[in-house]
Amino acid sequence: MKLEGRKIYQGTVTAEALVTTQGISFYGGVDPDTGIVTEVGHELEGQSIIGKILVFPEGKGSTVGSYTMYRMKKGNTAPAAIINERIDTIIAVGCIISEIPCVDMINLNPIKTGQMVTVNGAEGLVEIPD
Amino acid sequence: MKLTPEEQDMLNGKYGRAVQKSMEILSTLGDIYKAERMIDVYSVQIAGVSYSNLGEAGLDFLSEMADGGTVRVLTTLNPAGMDRDNWQALGIDEEFAKNQNRVLDAFAKMGVIATASCTPYLIGNVPHFGQHISWAESSAVCYSNSVIGARTNREGGPSAIAAALTGKTPEYGYHIDKNRHGQVLFEVEVPVTGTAQYGVLGKAIGDQLDQLGKKIPYITGISSATVEELKSFCASIATYGGTALFHMEDITPEARLYPKPEDKVVINKDIMDKAKAELTDPDIEIDFVSIGCPHASIHEISNLAKLLKGKNVTKEFWVTTGRPTKRLADEAGYTQIIEKAGAKFAADTCCVVAPITGRFKGMMIDSAKACYYVRARHKYKIKIGSIEECVVEATK
Repeated sequence: MKLEGRKIYQGTVTAEALVTTQGISFYGGVDPDTGIVTEVGHELEGQSIIGKILVFPEGKGSTVGSYTMYRMKKGNTAPAAIINERIDTIIAVGCIISEIPCVDMINLNPIKTGQMVTVNGAEGLVEIPD
Repeated sequence: MKLTPEEQDMLNGKYGRAVQKSMEILSTLGDIYKAERMIDVYSVQIAGVSYSNLGEAGLDFLSEMADGGTVRVLTTLNPAGMDRDNWQALGIDEEFAKNQNRVLDAFAKMGVIATASCTPYLIGNVPHFGQHISWAESSAVCYSNSVIGARTNREGGPSAIAAALTGKTPEYGYHIDKNRHGQVLFEVEVPVTGTAQYGVLGKAIGDQLDQLGKKIPYITGISSATVEELKSFCASIATYGGTALFHMEDITPEARLYPKPEDKVVINKDIMDKAKAELTDPDIEIDFVSIGCPHASIHEISNLAKLLKGKNVTKEFWVTTGRPTKRLADEAGYTQIIEKAGAKFAADTCCVVAPITGRFKGMMIDSAKACYYVRARHKYKIKIGSIEECVVEATK
């Protein structure tokens, strides 16, 4: 099944999806050294986002988060790609400077944690198993 | 969005990797916010300078951008994590100082003027009415949009660097007339004077805006305000309300251009008292006093010199300001008076971005913005008070 959205940053990658209905703050909400979500009470608290297709509605928090994403990419703790419902400037800028494939304006409902998902950043496409 | 041939060349890499990356950031933001074109900016203010916020990764990014990237417009810098001359006296460790200097060197390589101040509008980066700029630093964004009537969105570190290296920004948001209308009317029914009270007013209005889900207040009931009071107000309302633009009747230049909104909130004594109470922790033991958030003006420093003349401070006391202002204070003799009283100058930095977590227990300051960040970041207890009250506390 193909989901059509909008290109934010190019690159094609297939990996396991990690889905949350909550926003993510990369500055303060994720440990950049371990790739583990640390925000207290977050649905993904304690889970690793390394190498995952990270699926969440929208970014939140400080603009320093863009630099945190860059740090994670350099340290090999970044997600493989990001799928958002609505992009915000922190995640958009973070993906561009870190070169993480990213697509937004996607209906997140059909995507389930654990599925193998393909993100085609340049085309703004997401492919999930039928 | 439509790009000119030159902008397209930037995106295709003709001007090198740093400019290409910059145009990627700007054109993507332009597409997201449905800008039709790029516009030229007069100046840039970059945030994300303290090594404690950037870390090695941020520094890597800056080094990549400095490799072939040179600013095309007047570009100034936010505060760093330390005073470049006086860091040892302020208790900053050598390792941090070394890393902070690597950050400043990377910016210098790009041609950025290392003002290291959150008040560019006091020290030579001053746009005129209606001019397009691309600024980070939320308090300066609010001041330039509202008090000067220049036009900028709230940029982050990387998008401000991108604007500096290309001289461009996508035309959306606060760059466009129709997005600058006031959304909620705030009638201030109490007299407000001094930087601390203006900070309390900024929190009172900012908190209300946050609850209403609105950003642009139209404020009435203020008959006069100083630059220093407005500077404090801007910092506070940007912190608590996320506000990048306000209109203030008879004070700010665009107030007369837009109609007063119909939705109305009255700011009375009860609301002000409640906001002030939230900026004072119970059982606070004050061991640190600071003024200069946003960075102190020469007028504030001259007043402080009068207040401190012939007195001795008994607590750590920092005056945070931009280095050009500090130099003026040196020449005018204010520095000598203030230092003789035992207070310290911390130019280039401030109590929010300096690496001082754990050093103090309780801080008194005249800034509502500093109260928020020092509480969140350094976990100090805080108390807001006027400059006069800060001096009384520091010298008792």
